[in-house]
Amino acid sequence: MSETRQDLAKIEGTYVFDGAQSSKGYRLNKFFFSLNRAENRAAYKEDPEALMERFGLTDWEKRKLREKDWLALAREGGANIYFMYKMGSVTGDSLQHIGAAFRGETLEEFLSTRKVKGAR
Amino acid sequence: MGRIVAGIGSSHVPAAGAAFDQGKQDAPEWKPLFDGYRPAMDWLREAHVDVAIFIYNDHGSEFFFDKYPTFAMGVAKSYPPADEGWGPRPLDPVPGDPGFSWHVAESLVRESEFDMTVCQELSVDHGLLMPLPLLWSHQPEWDIKVVPVAVNVVQHPLPTARRLWKLGQALRKAVESYPEDVRVAVLGTGGLSHQLHGERFGFRNEEWDRRFMERIVSRPEELVELSHHDYMVQGGAEAVEMIMWLGMRGAMSPEVKLVHQNYYAPMLTGMGLLLLEDTASS
Ligand SMILES: [Fe+2]
Repeated sequence: MSETRQDLAKIEGTYVFDGAQSSKGYRLNKFFFSLNRAENRAAYKEDPEALMERFGLTDWEKRKLREKDWLALAREGGANIYFMYKMGSVTGDSLQHIGAAFRGETLEEFLSTRKVKGAR
Repeated sequence: MGRIVAGIGSSHVPAAGAAFDQGKQDAPEWKPLFDGYRPAMDWLREAHVDVAIFIYNDHGSEFFFDKYPTFAMGVAKSYPPADEGWGPRPLDPVPGDPGFSWHVAESLVRESEFDMTVCQELSVDHGLLMPLPLLWSHQPEWDIKVVPVAVNVVQHPLPTARRLWKLGQALRKAVESYPEDVRVAVLGTGGLSHQLHGERFGFRNEEWDRRFMERIVSRPEELVELSHHDYMVQGGAEAVEMIMWLGMRGAMSPEVKLVHQNYYAPMLTGMGLLLLEDTASS
């Protein structure tokens, strides 16, 4: 069944990672991808601004990262969640933290919607 | 000749890999998941599978968007665990089977016109490594060889559900044209329902998951007909990766025997496991 990009755009609270998003998010996602390497994780922990600068992030991208505005990064910034959640390895934010922020909830509020707290 | 003896659908959840490494198999929040794999592991041991073809996806571990293959496969001697951001998992590299893998590549590209990106170095992430040690023993060494087949289910445009089904059929043709006796399992990993981004984060749909697991056994054509949009609406945006289970099912005989299944959805992801026996080979 063929479908258009318009079809894909219509799910509420969902930002389909398509070509437009991937082009827009290229720098950001490349920065997140770099966190697969221990030396880059160490570099971030040492001096986050320097690593963001090395990957040529814009002022907006840097600001949203400092603010941990995960929703804006995904929606307007083109960040892909599989790449962005690697930030947790240097900031300590779990996927649930990031998810709660997406929903505009605290972590506790989000976890209260789940059956079992420890698993995922 | 090569024979497909089993098909397996399994979720792939990074937190479950971490729980495994931390020895949390009997922790109350994880036990229903890990226990669910034991009957499958026992059955597979008796089935003497030589090679497992894994239809899975990479999650920003090995492939970046500078060059993003729609379909890639490994032909390597071994596949090291990827560093996904927290250091590689403490598992030995998984052995491959270059001779068999190159045969599969030849057959896919020449006979079936599936133009694969062929990889001689490939690290594997939770898309393959989470289910693997729950299905085959990894100590003292891996009791299985793998052929990783990586699918783009991350950056749209994605291959369609039908394309995955056809990939499965092509894999069967490849296996059955292999001159040596090799017993093969085909796996499709991913899903089931989950959404990991946007305000819809945390969306799950247990009813859809259970129906999917029923239909993939007896009425897979219905699932082949569905669009990406259908999968994302019903299962959550990241559940579109469930189309990889159709790659597994497409590789199986039309009739299959349901050997074992498990379902557990405690947190973000509906975690499913399905073990099917190929009836053409029994
Ligand atoms: Fe996945």
